[in-house]
Amino acid sequence: MALLEIDNITISYGNRPTVTDFSMKMNEGQIISLVGESGSGKTTVIRAAFGLLPGGGKVTAGDILFEGESVLGFSKEKWRKLRGRGMSMIFQDSGAMMNPTRRVGNAFVEYIRTHENISKAEATKKGIEMLERMRLPDGGNVMKSYPFQLSGGMRQRVGIAMGMTYAPKLLLADEPTSALDVTTQAQIVRQMMELREQYGTAIVVVTHNLGVACYMSDYIIVMKDGRIEDQGSRDYILHESGNAYTKKLLDAVPSIGGTRYV
Amino acid sequence: MFDEKDVILEARHVSRIFDAAGGRKLVANNDINLKFYKGKTLGLVGESGCGKSTFMRFLVSLDKPTSGEILYHGKDIMKLKGEKLRLNRQNIQMVFQDPAQSFNPKMKIRDVVCEPLLNFKRIRPSEKDATARRLLEMVELHGDFADRYMQNMSGGQRQRVGIARAIALEPEIIVMDEATSALDVSVQKTIIELITKLQREKNITIGFICHDIGLVQSFAHQIAVMYLGNIVEVLPGEDIDKGMHPYTQALLGSVFDIKMDFSKKIESIESEAPSPLDVPPGCPFCDRCDRCMDICRQVHPTLKKVGEDHEVSCHLYE
Repeated sequence: MALLEIDNITISYGNRPTVTDFSMKMNEGQIISLVGESGSGKTTVIRAAFGLLPGGGKVTAGDILFEGESVLGFSKEKWRKLRGRGMSMIFQDSGAMMNPTRRVGNAFVEYIRTHENISKAEATKKGIEMLERMRLPDGGNVMKSYPFQLSGGMRQRVGIAMGMTYAPKLLLADEPTSALDVTTQAQIVRQMMELREQYGTAIVVVTHNLGVACYMSDYIIVMKDGRIEDQGSRDYILHESGNAYTKKLLDAVPSIGGTRYV
Repeated sequence: MFDEKDVILEARHVSRIFDAAGGRKLVANNDINLKFYKGKTLGLVGESGCGKSTFMRFLVSLDKPTSGEILYHGKDIMKLKGEKLRLNRQNIQMVFQDPAQSFNPKMKIRDVVCEPLLNFKRIRPSEKDATARRLLEMVELHGDFADRYMQNMSGGQRQRVGIARAIALEPEIIVMDEATSALDVSVQKTIIELITKLQREKNITIGFICHDIGLVQSFAHQIAVMYLGNIVEVLPGEDIDKGMHPYTQALLGSVFDIKMDFSKKIESIESEAPSPLDVPPGCPFCDRCDRCMDICRQVHPTLKKVGEDHEVSCHLYE
């Protein structure tokens, strides 16, 4: 049984379909990338899989199955059970996901206590332990900080720490490194790869950078205008695919010693 | 490759020190010496917070350095005041990271691109339509965009408008602050193609701030690598793979390249840059450098020539 199966879905905001006939299937421990330009529907797909389509968005055809069970008709209660333990999500800027007027620890403790019946002190301890495992030295200090006091890389690590607290089987990552410096991007990418080694987590990465996608994933889906334009293993996408759009995206990735414009 | 007589802008011993809380000093730029050549691009690379933007803001007279001078055709533009300063702004223009935030959302594109020309009385208001059209076509946008507003355009189109406005006055120098960082990789490529085309046609000097060394090496003639307010290496763009400073190598190591060996782990350095409030006394990079020696912790290295147009500030090469 596949971990996540998206079967021929169409997603519409109002009457206009944004994503049409999208299918994918992933197994435990697999890393799949969704690649495409802004507005190609990448984020819409993973938001649908997480039950987080923004106002008016609806899956109008097809089905999404998590461990064989359709998530489309899930009640709020069922979603709450699934999110965090079954699957979790990290966003482009984890700082924007947190309440700016509350300390990181405050939000983290609340998150832990929604999933587990433990005391605040225990939850704090668990949070600090998780932060330190995600290579944030001095987790206690991070817990006492406000999101704006942390750097972009640190905020992203907090996001990953929160998402991984209950070692979910599936992690959905929406442009997790697009807002970061290249050095920090490399660190975060490497850390996400380690999640699979440590926890066996399967990951769906949404990115517009084919360089990152090729490094991270086993399988790549190229999207354009809400449809699948091309898909295949890394080697296929890099070397064999004859698709013009895939080639265009590959071409755009700057390469040391590659094309020079001057 | 670089001729001394082509230098049109030169920064000499530029430092900028900000006062921080508790009477501490934040050294954003420490003794920076750089030369901009006619018709060439200088790429300034470094992580967030290393002082790249602080430095480039001096060039467009948005801020003044604490010490040092910036010579434009041999004249220190930091001493200009009033009308002379205003007139000098025609020569050096800037493109910002996010044009949606740097332009007035209530202005039509026509007014956005023509505003500098009207300010300097280069055109009459009746010529606005034709001028806007001409400028937009120069950046490969349809002339009808003149009637739109910023919010009705995509990121790439907005960036083109930003460039159109910057070239409107036909400046000698354009400073671009992360002009492509907010864009998709594919759009980024088209913007770089546009910039290099305009540069060839108009012989513009470009100062380009970027954190992605993989991108900047594809079109910069000269690259300066900055770390915690210090220039640690200057080298020609085409020789980027000969970068010698450990920090330059670390930056190169963190580029996701489709030609890389995917079985190897991406290298990159661990940890993040320390706060510029507590820069180590010796080499600024010593805490993160895996080839750090005793001398690095005590003596601040200086830029030394190691090859043609190639300077490195590192004790390993002394």
